[in-house]
Amino acid sequence: MSGVRVLVGTRKGAFVLESDGKRQRWDISGPHFGGWEIYHLKGSPADPNRLYASQGTGWFGQLIQRSDGGGKTWEPVGNRFVYDGVPGTHLWYDGTPHPWEFARVWHLEPSLTDPDTVYAGVEDAALFRSRDGGQTWQELPGLRRHESAPSWQPGAGGMCLHTILLDPSNPERIFIAISSAGAFRTDDAGKTWRPINRGLRSEQIPNPTAEVGHCVHRIAMHRSRPGVLFMQKHWDVMRSDDAGESWQEVSGNLPSDFGFPIDVHAHEPDTIYVVPIKSDSEHYPPEGKLRVYRSRTGGHEWEALTKGLPQRDCYVNVLRDALAVDSLDPCGVYFGTTGGQVYASADTGDSWAPIVRDLPAVLSVEVQTLP
Amino acid sequence: MIRVVLPAHLRKLAHVDGEVKLDVEGRVTQRSVLDALEARYPMLRGTVRDHVTQRRRPFVRFFACEEDLSHELPDAPLPDPVATGVEPFLVVGAMAGG
Repeated sequence: MSGVRVLVGTRKGAFVLESDGKRQRWDISGPHFGGWEIYHLKGSPADPNRLYASQGTGWFGQLIQRSDGGGKTWEPVGNRFVYDGVPGTHLWYDGTPHPWEFARVWHLEPSLTDPDTVYAGVEDAALFRSRDGGQTWQELPGLRRHESAPSWQPGAGGMCLHTILLDPSNPERIFIAISSAGAFRTDDAGKTWRPINRGLRSEQIPNPTAEVGHCVHRIAMHRSRPGVLFMQKHWDVMRSDDAGESWQEVSGNLPSDFGFPIDVHAHEPDTIYVVPIKSDSEHYPPEGKLRVYRSRTGGHEWEALTKGLPQRDCYVNVLRDALAVDSLDPCGVYFGTTGGQVYASADTGDSWAPIVRDLPAVLSVEVQTLP
Repeated sequence: MIRVVLPAHLRKLAHVDGEVKLDVEGRVTQRSVLDALEARYPMLRGTVRDHVTQRRRPFVRFFACEEDLSHELPDAPLPDPVATGVEPFLVVGAMAGG
Protein backbone atom coordinates (compact mmCIF):
# COMPACT_ATOMS: atom_id res chain seq x y z
CA MET A 1 0.00 0.00 0.00
CA SER A 2 1.32 3.43 -0.84
CA GLY A 3 2.21 5.87 1.89
CA VAL A 4 3.12 9.43 2.62
CA ARG A 5 6.21 10.99 4.15
CA VAL A 6 5.90 14.60 5.33
CA LEU A 7 9.20 16.45 5.78
CA VAL A 8 8.95 19.31 8.25
CA GLY A 9 11.63 21.95 8.77
CA THR A 10 11.39 24.00 11.96
CA ARG A 11 13.29 26.62 13.91
CA LYS A 12 14.79 23.88 16.07
CA GLY A 13 15.20 20.82 13.91
CA ALA A 14 13.62 18.57 11.29
CA PHE A 15 10.79 16.12 11.76
CA VAL A 16 9.69 13.26 9.52
CA LEU A 17 6.02 12.25 9.68
CA GLU A 18 4.97 9.01 8.00
CA SER A 19 1.65 7.34 7.36
CA ASP A 20 0.11 4.75 5.12
CA GLY A 21 -2.21 5.78 2.33
CA LYS A 22 -5.14 6.29 4.67
CA ARG A 23 -3.30 9.20 6.26
CA GLN A 24 -4.95 8.76 9.64
CA ARG A 25 -2.22 7.39 11.89
CA TRP A 26 1.20 8.97 11.87
CA ASP A 27 4.65 8.00 13.07
CA ILE A 28 6.73 11.01 14.01
CA SER A 29 10.52 10.98 14.14
CA GLY A 30 12.74 13.82 15.24
CA PRO A 31 14.02 16.23 16.03
CA HIS A 32 16.78 15.58 13.56
CA PHE A 33 19.54 18.17 13.96
CA GLY A 34 17.91 19.38 17.19
CA GLY A 35 18.55 23.01 17.97
CA TRP A 36 19.41 23.94 14.38
CA GLU A 37 17.17 25.88 12.02
CA ILE A 38 16.02 23.69 9.17
CA TYR A 39 14.85 26.08 6.51
CA HIS A 40 13.91 23.37 4.05
CA LEU A 41 14.19 19.69 3.29
CA LYS A 42 13.01 17.89 0.21
CA GLY A 43 13.16 14.48 -1.40
CA SER A 44 14.35 13.55 -4.86
CA PRO A 45 11.52 12.77 -7.28
CA ALA A 46 13.86 10.24 -8.88
CA ASP A 47 14.72 8.40 -5.64
CA PRO A 48 12.40 8.83 -2.67
CA ASN A 49 15.08 7.69 -0.23
CA ARG A 50 17.37 10.55 -1.23
CA LEU A 51 16.60 13.66 0.84
CA TYR A 52 18.41 16.96 1.18
CA ALA A 53 18.16 19.33 4.16
CA SER A 54 19.31 22.88 4.73
CA GLN A 55 20.61 23.16 8.30
CA GLY A 56 21.98 26.28 9.92
CA THR A 57 22.39 28.54 12.89
CA GLY A 58 23.61 32.05 13.41
CA TRP A 59 26.54 30.59 15.35
CA PHE A 60 27.91 27.94 13.04
CA GLY A 61 26.56 28.89 9.63
CA GLN A 62 25.22 26.72 6.88
CA LEU A 63 25.31 22.94 6.59
CA ILE A 64 23.70 20.66 4.05
CA GLN A 65 22.61 17.21 5.13
CA ARG A 66 21.84 14.32 2.83
CA SER A 67 19.92 11.15 3.58
CA ASP A 68 20.08 8.05 1.46
CA GLY A 69 17.74 6.24 3.82
CA GLY A 70 14.51 8.20 3.61
CA GLY A 71 15.40 10.39 6.58
CA LYS A 72 16.46 7.61 8.95
CA THR A 73 20.18 8.35 8.55
CA TRP A 74 21.90 11.52 7.48
CA GLU A 75 25.38 12.69 6.57
CA PRO A 76 26.71 16.22 6.19
CA VAL A 77 27.78 17.04 2.65
CA GLY A 78 29.26 20.17 1.11
CA ASN A 79 28.52 23.56 2.62
CA ARG A 80 30.83 25.77 0.58
CA PHE A 81 28.67 28.30 -1.23
CA VAL A 82 30.96 30.80 -2.91
CA TYR A 83 29.68 33.30 -5.45
CA ASP A 84 31.25 33.04 -8.87
CA GLY A 85 33.81 35.77 -9.52
CA VAL A 86 33.58 39.19 -7.89
CA PRO A 87 30.14 39.25 -6.27
CA GLY A 88 29.37 42.94 -6.77
CA THR A 89 26.65 44.81 -4.92
CA HIS A 90 22.91 45.02 -4.57
CA LEU A 91 20.91 47.67 -2.72
CA TRP A 92 20.70 47.57 1.05
CA TYR A 93 17.57 48.52 3.00
CA ASP A 94 18.73 52.14 3.13
CA GLY A 95 19.30 52.30 -0.62
CA THR A 96 23.09 52.13 -0.47
CA PRO A 97 25.13 49.52 -2.38
CA HIS A 98 25.83 46.43 -0.30
CA PRO A 99 28.17 43.56 -1.21
CA TRP A 100 26.60 40.21 -1.94
CA GLU A 101 27.06 38.06 1.16
CA PHE A 102 26.03 34.44 1.55
CA ALA A 103 23.74 33.97 4.55
CA ARG A 104 21.82 30.70 4.16
CA VAL A 105 20.09 28.22 1.89
CA TRP A 106 16.37 28.88 1.81
CA HIS A 107 15.25 26.19 -0.60
CA LEU A 108 16.60 22.94 -2.02
CA GLU A 109 15.10 21.65 -5.26
CA PRO A 110 16.23 18.18 -6.33
CA SER A 111 16.36 17.41 -10.04
CA LEU A 112 13.31 15.69 -11.48
CA THR A 113 15.46 12.94 -12.98
CA ASP A 114 18.86 12.69 -11.25
CA PRO A 115 19.09 12.12 -7.48
CA ASP A 116 22.61 13.58 -7.40
CA THR A 117 21.60 16.88 -8.96
CA VAL A 118 20.03 19.46 -6.68
CA TYR A 119 19.53 23.22 -6.85
CA ALA A 120 19.87 25.59 -3.91
CA GLY A 121 18.25 29.00 -3.63
CA VAL A 122 20.25 31.17 -1.26
CA GLU A 123 20.35 34.49 0.54
CA ASP A 124 21.81 36.86 -0.72
CA ALA A 125 19.89 35.84 -3.79
CA ALA A 126 21.62 33.42 -6.10
CA LEU A 127 21.09 29.96 -7.54
CA PHE A 128 23.58 27.17 -6.91
CA ARG A 129 23.65 23.62 -8.24
CA SER A 130 25.30 20.42 -7.13
CA ARG A 131 25.75 17.47 -9.47
CA ASP A 132 27.46 15.20 -6.98
CA GLY A 133 24.83 14.68 -4.34
CA GLY A 134 25.56 17.90 -2.51
CA GLN A 135 29.30 17.41 -2.06
CA THR A 136 30.21 20.48 -4.11
CA TRP A 137 28.19 23.49 -5.19
CA GLN A 138 28.60 25.81 -8.14
CA GLU A 139 26.72 29.02 -8.73
CA LEU A 140 24.75 29.54 -11.92
CA PRO A 141 25.98 33.12 -12.09
CA GLY A 142 23.93 34.33 -15.04
CA LEU A 143 21.06 35.17 -12.71
CA ARG A 144 23.09 37.35 -10.37
CA ARG A 145 24.73 39.00 -13.37
CA HIS A 146 21.40 40.12 -14.78
CA GLU A 147 21.59 43.83 -15.53
CA SER A 148 18.95 44.57 -12.90
CA ALA A 149 20.80 42.80 -10.06
CA PRO A 150 22.55 45.91 -8.66
CA SER A 151 19.06 47.34 -8.02
CA TRP A 152 17.69 44.30 -6.18
CA GLN A 153 16.79 44.99 -2.58
CA PRO A 154 16.03 42.64 0.33
CA GLY A 155 12.57 42.15 1.73
CA ALA A 156 12.03 42.05 5.47
CA GLY A 157 13.20 38.44 5.60
CA GLY A 158 16.39 39.07 3.67
CA MET A 159 17.18 38.96 -0.04
CA CYS A 160 16.35 35.33 -0.53
CA LEU A 161 15.89 33.14 -3.57
CA HIS A 162 13.06 31.03 -2.19
CA THR A 163 11.29 29.41 -5.13
CA ILE A 164 12.76 27.08 -7.77
CA LEU A 165 10.42 25.44 -10.27
CA LEU A 166 11.86 22.95 -12.76
CA ASP A 167 9.81 22.58 -15.94
CA PRO A 168 9.09 18.86 -16.41
CA SER A 169 8.50 19.37 -20.12
CA ASN A 170 11.66 21.35 -20.81
CA PRO A 171 14.89 20.67 -18.90
CA GLU A 172 16.32 23.99 -20.08
CA ARG A 173 13.58 26.01 -18.39
CA ILE A 174 13.65 27.02 -14.72
CA PHE A 175 11.53 29.56 -12.88
CA ILE A 176 12.81 31.22 -9.72
CA ALA A 177 11.56 33.94 -7.41
CA ILE A 178 13.40 36.37 -5.16
CA SER A 179 12.15 38.61 -2.37
CA SER A 180 12.09 41.30 -3.33
CA ALA A 181 13.30 41.32 -6.89
CA GLY A 182 10.52 39.25 -8.42
CA ALA A 183 10.25 36.24 -10.69
CA PHE A 184 12.78 35.24 -13.34
CA ARG A 185 12.96 32.55 -16.01
CA THR A 186 15.76 30.86 -17.88
CA ASP A 187 15.24 28.98 -21.13
CA ASP A 188 18.86 27.88 -21.48
CA ALA A 189 19.44 25.90 -18.27
CA GLY A 190 20.55 28.89 -16.26
CA LYS A 191 22.96 30.69 -18.55
CA THR A 192 20.71 33.71 -19.08
CA TRP A 193 17.65 34.93 -17.25
CA ARG A 194 14.97 37.52 -17.69
CA PRO A 195 12.40 39.01 -15.35
CA ILE A 196 8.85 37.74 -15.78
CA ASN A 197 6.88 40.29 -13.78
CA ARG A 198 4.67 41.99 -16.37
CA GLY A 199 1.24 42.50 -14.91
CA LEU A 200 2.38 42.60 -11.29
CA ARG A 201 1.47 45.75 -9.44
CA SER A 202 3.13 46.59 -6.10
CA GLU A 203 2.24 49.83 -4.39
CA GLN A 204 5.19 49.40 -2.03
CA ILE A 205 7.76 50.28 -4.71
CA PRO A 206 8.27 53.66 -6.42
CA ASN A 207 7.09 52.40 -9.80
CA PRO A 208 4.29 49.93 -9.02
CA THR A 209 4.62 48.20 -12.39
CA ALA A 210 8.43 48.11 -12.56
CA GLU A 211 10.13 45.24 -14.34
CA VAL A 212 11.85 44.16 -11.10
CA GLY A 213 11.44 44.91 -7.40
CA HIS A 214 8.26 42.96 -6.63
CA CYS A 215 8.06 40.93 -3.47
CA VAL A 216 6.97 37.59 -4.86
CA HIS A 217 6.30 35.19 -2.01
CA ARG A 218 5.79 31.91 -3.84
CA ILE A 219 5.07 30.45 -7.27
CA ALA A 220 3.49 27.07 -8.03
CA MET A 221 2.75 25.01 -11.12
CA HIS A 222 1.06 21.74 -11.98
CA ARG A 223 3.50 19.40 -13.66
CA SER A 224 1.03 18.54 -16.42
CA ARG A 225 0.71 22.18 -17.39
CA PRO A 226 4.02 23.94 -16.73
CA GLY A 227 3.12 27.03 -18.72
CA VAL A 228 0.47 27.95 -16.17
CA LEU A 229 1.86 29.54 -13.04
CA PHE A 230 0.17 30.67 -9.85
CA MET A 231 1.75 33.27 -7.59
CA GLN A 232 1.19 34.51 -4.07
CA LYS A 233 2.69 37.96 -4.09
CA HIS A 234 3.22 40.16 -1.03
CA TRP A 235 -0.28 41.35 -1.79
CA ASP A 236 -2.29 39.78 -4.66
CA VAL A 237 -2.75 36.25 -5.92
CA MET A 238 -1.75 36.12 -9.58
CA ARG A 239 -1.93 33.73 -12.51
CA SER A 240 0.03 33.45 -15.72
CA ASP A 241 -1.07 31.35 -18.69
CA ASP A 242 2.05 32.04 -20.74
CA ALA A 243 4.95 30.87 -18.56
CA GLY A 244 5.24 34.20 -16.82
CA GLU A 245 5.15 36.49 -19.86
CA SER A 246 2.14 38.20 -18.34
CA TRP A 247 0.18 37.94 -15.10
CA GLN A 248 -3.44 38.58 -14.15
CA GLU A 249 -4.78 39.05 -10.67
CA VAL A 250 -7.08 36.24 -9.48
CA SER A 251 -7.57 37.28 -5.85
CA GLY A 252 -11.33 37.43 -6.36
CA ASN A 253 -13.30 37.04 -3.13
CA LEU A 254 -10.40 36.22 -0.79
CA PRO A 255 -10.78 37.93 2.59
CA SER A 256 -7.18 39.13 2.19
CA ASP A 257 -4.89 38.61 -0.75
CA PHE A 258 -1.76 38.90 1.38
CA GLY A 259 -0.14 35.59 2.23
CA PHE A 260 2.88 33.40 1.71
CA PRO A 261 2.30 29.89 0.30
CA ILE A 262 0.39 28.73 -2.75
CA ASP A 263 0.11 25.25 -4.22
CA VAL A 264 -1.79 23.24 -6.82
CA HIS A 265 -3.88 20.09 -6.38
CA ALA A 266 -2.02 17.01 -7.60
CA HIS A 267 -4.68 15.92 -10.07
CA GLU A 268 -6.69 19.06 -10.83
CA PRO A 269 -4.48 21.73 -12.43
CA ASP A 270 -7.04 24.46 -11.80
CA THR A 271 -7.52 23.70 -8.11
CA ILE A 272 -5.23 25.88 -6.02
CA TYR A 273 -4.73 26.61 -2.34
CA VAL A 274 -3.68 29.72 -0.41
CA VAL A 275 -3.73 30.76 3.24
CA PRO A 276 -4.85 34.39 3.53
CA ILE A 277 -3.04 36.49 6.10
CA LYS A 278 -4.51 39.73 7.38
CA SER A 279 -1.80 42.13 6.23
CA ASP A 280 1.91 42.71 5.79
CA SER A 281 2.04 44.39 9.18
CA GLU A 282 -0.11 41.76 10.95
CA HIS A 283 1.21 38.34 10.04
CA TYR A 284 -1.78 36.34 11.26
CA PRO A 285 -5.08 35.13 9.80
CA PRO A 286 -8.01 37.55 9.42
CA GLU A 287 -10.43 37.48 12.36
CA GLY A 288 -8.27 34.96 14.21
CA LYS A 289 -9.68 32.20 11.97
CA LEU A 290 -7.23 29.83 10.32
CA ARG A 291 -8.68 29.20 6.88
CA VAL A 292 -7.21 27.61 3.80
CA TYR A 293 -8.88 28.94 0.68
CA ARG A 294 -9.40 26.73 -2.34
CA SER A 295 -10.25 27.76 -5.85
CA ARG A 296 -11.43 25.08 -8.27
CA THR A 297 -11.45 27.56 -11.13
CA GLY A 298 -7.80 28.59 -11.20
CA GLY A 299 -8.53 31.70 -9.18
CA HIS A 300 -11.18 34.42 -8.90
CA GLU A 301 -13.66 32.21 -7.01
CA TRP A 302 -12.52 30.94 -3.63
CA GLU A 303 -14.09 28.87 -0.87
CA ALA A 304 -13.00 28.82 2.75
CA LEU A 305 -11.88 25.45 4.12
CA THR A 306 -12.40 25.51 7.86
CA LYS A 307 -13.48 22.07 9.08
CA GLY A 308 -11.02 20.98 11.74
CA LEU A 309 -9.07 24.25 11.74
CA PRO A 310 -9.24 26.72 14.65
CA GLN A 311 -11.89 29.34 13.98
CA ARG A 312 -11.22 31.62 16.92
CA ASP A 313 -8.22 33.11 18.67
CA CYS A 314 -5.73 31.80 16.12
CA TYR A 315 -2.81 34.09 15.34
CA VAL A 316 -0.23 31.87 13.67
CA ASN A 317 1.34 32.37 10.27
CA VAL A 318 1.96 29.90 7.46
CA LEU A 319 5.28 30.56 5.74
CA ARG A 320 5.98 30.37 2.02
CA ASP A 321 7.45 26.87 1.92
CA ALA A 322 5.05 25.40 4.48
CA LEU A 323 2.18 24.15 2.27
CA ALA A 324 2.37 21.03 0.11
CA VAL A 325 0.24 18.31 -1.46
CA ASP A 326 0.61 14.56 -1.91
CA SER A 327 -0.35 12.74 -5.10
CA LEU A 328 -2.70 10.14 -3.67
CA ASP A 329 -6.35 10.03 -4.65
CA PRO A 330 -7.99 11.95 -3.11
CA CYS A 331 -5.22 14.49 -2.99
CA GLY A 332 -3.83 15.23 0.47
CA VAL A 333 -2.98 18.78 1.53
CA TYR A 334 -0.60 19.69 4.36
CA PHE A 335 0.62 22.84 6.02
CA GLY A 336 2.63 23.88 9.05
CA THR A 337 2.29 26.97 11.20
CA THR A 338 4.57 29.25 13.14
CA GLY A 339 2.75 27.91 16.21
CA GLY A 340 4.17 24.45 15.58
CA GLN A 341 1.10 22.67 14.27
CA VAL A 342 1.16 20.53 11.13
CA TYR A 343 -2.33 20.07 9.71
CA ALA A 344 -3.28 17.44 7.15
CA SER A 345 -6.29 16.92 4.96
CA ALA A 346 -6.79 13.56 3.25
CA ASP A 347 -9.80 14.84 1.28
CA THR A 348 -8.45 17.72 -0.81
CA GLY A 349 -8.94 20.22 1.98
CA ASP A 350 -12.57 19.52 2.89
CA SER A 351 -11.56 18.54 6.44
CA TRP A 352 -8.40 18.88 8.49
CA ALA A 353 -6.76 17.38 11.53
CA PRO A 354 -3.45 18.12 13.19
CA ILE A 355 -0.75 15.49 12.75
CA VAL A 356 1.24 17.16 15.49
CA ARG A 357 0.52 20.28 17.53
CA ASP A 358 3.55 21.39 19.44
CA LEU A 359 6.61 21.49 17.21
CA PRO A 360 8.89 24.52 17.07
CA ALA A 361 7.80 27.15 14.54
CA VAL A 362 7.40 25.43 11.19
CA LEU A 363 9.48 26.85 8.35
CA SER A 364 8.75 24.33 5.61
CA VAL A 365 6.59 21.34 4.75
CA GLU A 366 7.23 18.99 1.84
CA VAL A 367 5.44 15.76 1.04
CA GLN A 368 6.61 12.57 -0.62
CA THR A 369 4.12 10.06 -1.92
CA LEU A 370 5.74 6.68 -1.49
CA PRO A 371 5.13 3.60 -3.67
CA MET B 1 49.18 17.10 21.83
CA ILE B 2 46.67 19.94 21.67
CA ARG B 3 43.37 19.62 23.49
CA VAL B 4 40.34 21.27 21.89
CA VAL B 5 36.89 21.58 23.42
CA LEU B 6 34.07 22.04 20.94
CA PRO B 7 30.55 23.31 21.62
CA ALA B 8 27.85 20.67 21.85
CA HIS B 9 26.42 21.24 18.35
CA LEU B 10 29.84 20.79 16.75
CA ARG B 11 30.71 17.76 18.88
CA LYS B 12 27.54 16.13 17.64
CA LEU B 13 28.25 17.11 14.05
CA ALA B 14 31.77 15.66 14.28
CA HIS B 15 30.58 12.57 16.21
CA VAL B 16 32.96 13.16 19.12
CA ASP B 17 32.51 12.95 22.87
CA GLY B 18 34.54 15.11 25.19
CA GLU B 19 37.75 16.78 24.16
CA VAL B 20 39.41 16.44 20.78
CA LYS B 21 43.14 15.72 20.85
CA LEU B 22 45.17 16.92 17.90
CA ASP B 23 48.78 16.73 16.79
CA VAL B 24 49.80 20.10 15.40
CA GLU B 25 52.91 20.52 13.30
CA GLY B 26 55.10 23.58 13.95
CA ARG B 27 53.92 26.65 15.82
CA VAL B 28 50.73 26.28 17.77
CA THR B 29 48.44 29.09 16.68
CA GLN B 30 44.71 29.52 16.14
CA ARG B 31 45.27 28.86 12.45
CA SER B 32 47.38 25.72 12.88
CA VAL B 33 45.00 24.28 15.47
CA LEU B 34 41.94 24.96 13.33
CA ASP B 35 43.68 23.62 10.24
CA ALA B 36 44.39 20.38 12.12
CA LEU B 37 40.85 20.29 13.49
CA GLU B 38 39.29 20.69 10.03
CA ALA B 39 41.66 18.16 8.50
CA ARG B 40 40.58 15.56 11.05
CA TYR B 41 36.90 16.54 10.93
CA PRO B 42 36.09 17.92 7.46
CA MET B 43 32.43 18.35 8.36
CA LEU B 44 33.47 21.25 10.61
CA ARG B 45 34.72 23.31 7.67
CA GLY B 46 32.77 26.53 7.46
CA THR B 47 31.29 26.21 10.95
CA VAL B 48 34.08 27.86 12.96
CA ARG B 49 35.71 29.95 10.23
CA ASP B 50 34.45 31.27 6.92
CA HIS B 51 35.35 28.99 4.01
CA VAL B 52 36.92 31.76 1.94
CA THR B 53 38.20 34.45 4.30
CA GLN B 54 39.16 31.97 7.05
CA ARG B 55 37.91 34.54 9.54
CA ARG B 56 36.27 33.41 12.76
CA ARG B 57 32.51 33.38 12.42
CA PRO B 58 31.05 36.35 14.31
CA PHE B 59 29.28 34.31 17.02
CA VAL B 60 32.18 31.96 17.69
CA ARG B 61 34.67 32.70 20.44
CA PHE B 62 38.08 31.24 21.31
CA PHE B 63 38.95 30.99 25.00
CA ALA B 64 41.97 29.50 26.77
CA CYS B 65 43.58 29.90 30.18
CA GLU B 66 40.62 32.05 31.25
CA GLU B 67 41.41 34.56 28.50
CA ASP B 68 39.38 35.58 25.46
CA LEU B 69 41.67 34.99 22.49
CA SER B 70 38.99 35.66 19.90
CA HIS B 71 40.54 38.89 18.73
CA GLU B 72 44.15 37.68 18.62
CA LEU B 73 45.73 37.37 15.21
CA PRO B 74 45.29 33.90 13.67
CA ASP B 75 49.04 33.38 13.50
CA ALA B 76 49.82 34.59 17.03
CA PRO B 77 51.18 31.79 19.22
CA LEU B 78 48.69 30.31 21.64
CA PRO B 79 49.64 30.31 25.34
CA ASP B 80 52.22 27.74 26.41
CA PRO B 81 49.76 25.74 28.53
CA VAL B 82 47.69 25.20 25.34
CA ALA B 83 50.74 24.36 23.25
CA THR B 84 51.89 21.82 25.83
CA GLY B 85 48.47 20.26 26.34
CA VAL B 86 48.07 21.41 29.94
CA GLU B 87 45.08 23.59 29.14
CA PRO B 88 42.46 23.10 26.40
CA PHE B 89 41.67 25.50 23.57
CA LEU B 90 37.97 26.26 23.85
CA VAL B 91 35.76 26.89 20.80
CA VAL B 92 32.63 28.50 22.19
CA GLY B 93 29.30 29.60 20.75
CA ALA B 94 28.90 33.18 21.90
CA MET B 95 26.18 34.01 24.37
CA ALA B 96 23.31 35.33 22.28
CA GLY B 97 19.57 35.29 22.31
CA GLY B 98 17.36 35.76 25.28
